[in-house]
Amino acid sequence: MEKETAQKYHRESDTMEDEVVIHIKGLKKSFGNKEVLKNINLDVKKGENVVVLGRSGQGKSVTIQCIVGLLKPDEGELTVFGEDVTEMSDDELKQLRIKIGFLFQSGALYDSMTVRENLEFPLTRVLKMKDQAEIDQRIEEVLEGVGLLDAMDKMPSDLSGGMRKRIGLARTIIVKPEIILYDEPTTGLDPITSREISELILTLQKKYKTTSIIITHDLECAKITADRIVVMNEGEYIAEGTLEEMLQSDNELVKSFLRDIS
Amino acid sequence: MAEQVIPAWKRWLEGIGEQGAFFSRFVRNIFAGGFEWSEFVRQCYEIGYRSFTLVGITSFIMGLVLILQLRPTMVDFGAESMLPRTLSIALIREIGPVITAIICAGKIASSIGAELGSMKVTEQIDAMEVSGANPIQYLVVTRIIAAAVMVPLLTLLGDVIGLLGGFLAINLTDEVSFFLYFNKCIASIEFYDLFPAFIKTIFFGFAIGFVGCYKGYNSNKGTESVGVAANSAVVMASLWIFVIDAIAVQITNLLYYQ
Ligand SMILES: Nc1ncnc2c1ncn2[C@@H]1O[C@H](COP(=O)(O)OP(=O)(O)OP(=O)(O)O)[C@@H](O)[C@H]1O
Ligand SMILES: [Mg+2]
Repeated sequence: MEKETAQKYHRESDTMEDEVVIHIKGLKKSFGNKEVLKNINLDVKKGENVVVLGRSGQGKSVTIQCIVGLLKPDEGELTVFGEDVTEMSDDELKQLRIKIGFLFQSGALYDSMTVRENLEFPLTRVLKMKDQAEIDQRIEEVLEGVGLLDAMDKMPSDLSGGMRKRIGLARTIIVKPEIILYDEPTTGLDPITSREISELILTLQKKYKTTSIIITHDLECAKITADRIVVMNEGEYIAEGTLEEMLQSDNELVKSFLRDIS
Repeated sequence: MAEQVIPAWKRWLEGIGEQGAFFSRFVRNIFAGGFEWSEFVRQCYEIGYRSFTLVGITSFIMGLVLILQLRPTMVDFGAESMLPRTLSIALIREIGPVITAIICAGKIASSIGAELGSMKVTEQIDAMEVSGANPIQYLVVTRIIAAAVMVPLLTLLGDVIGLLGGFLAINLTDEVSFFLYFNKCIASIEFYDLFPAFIKTIFFGFAIGFVGCYKGYNSNKGTESVGVAANSAVVMASLWIFVIDAIAVQITNLLYYQ
């Protein structure tokens, strides 16, 4: 009986839907003698949206920067699409990064370029697209998605913080990555735009089967986008589960996080 | 004492190592294909435009002052007619290249350092890297080569303007025709005055671009590090200029005056 379920489980995990895309085990990272990540364990399956909650300065951003190889972890396993990120050569890392979208907390727009040039940059430099009509079409499509079609020819310095964030999001999704790591996609946005962005994240997941890790403090966003929620505290994930499961949790910290959601 | 000296040495050696690594990344990316022409042209324009006025004014005054300083002595020796020749040799071999390079270190190395430093702080460089694009190729290669191209051109321009300054100074007391003056200047310049000086300025330009990029690209992530990057870029670039100058004079003398 037990064997049968184990086999069944095994068979299921072989199907596409259950393929583990990001695998993190025992991840550690220190800066100087400050231990930021103590023991991170996380498996993200294909097409899944995982929301990471946690107080400020707990190492949420550091974790996703490790995933794209911007920071090198001190210890632990970290594989993406089954390949070890920590062992990759520059070229392999580059190939991997083409498949991963990364939304920076700050937006990180190139401020010597217009919005259009910002969006063009990954298309011409990374995807090596040549056809201008196709490029223009993609730019319009994605700007429409974030509701900023009229900002096309502005400089980043002429945009508000929230607009910059949305352009950053547009630049991240324009290459249609298979994995997207969102660092606080809705922070600093008004509630209406926040919800639109959250819904856009959900649409991307449904339409392109993107796998996402979403770091957020915005519970509305978590509610809309999350298939699964993990709560991070002091360099560890202390709780994990669906929104419903989290709402049942006895953990004080989880409770205080989710107090506002009902 | 020893405890302080040893870490300082270690840091210095590590710095050299890091610069070597940065240099090899730069070289690999020159030949990696896909040179960013439009960014290169934009950088050339920026560098030329930013330094042009200052180089012009300084060179003009330098030529003028040199003649005024030299004049009394030369008159004592009855060698007044040698003034244009003395000026053109001093200006072209040494003063023009070094003054221009030092000005460019202040203007260009600092602004490259500050620009890349602030791109680092605001995570723009990380964003470029994470997107799978090549920030070294786009930001670093273009700036270093632009500096190595523009500093020699600015130097040539500075030389000519310096000679003009000298012409004005001579005409304050004597009357020399413009044509005669420039004839004298040009006649006294030989290949081995011009060529080594020109090669030297290419290295100056390279050092300025390289140090600016290195300091900016490797700056820390605090806001204050932008200022640190700009500042230390100027100091280090100036130092490099004098080191290169000292080496260049030895090589030139070995090659031409043996
Ligand atoms: N490059 C770095 N060098 C040194 N320390 C760093 C670096 N990056 C992050 N840290 C430190 O690691 C800790 C965790 O930072 P991180 O940015 O991951 O926090 P966070 O959970 O994303 O917080 P927030 O919600 O405020 O964004 C912080 O204390 C920060 O000072
Ligand atoms: Mg963060």
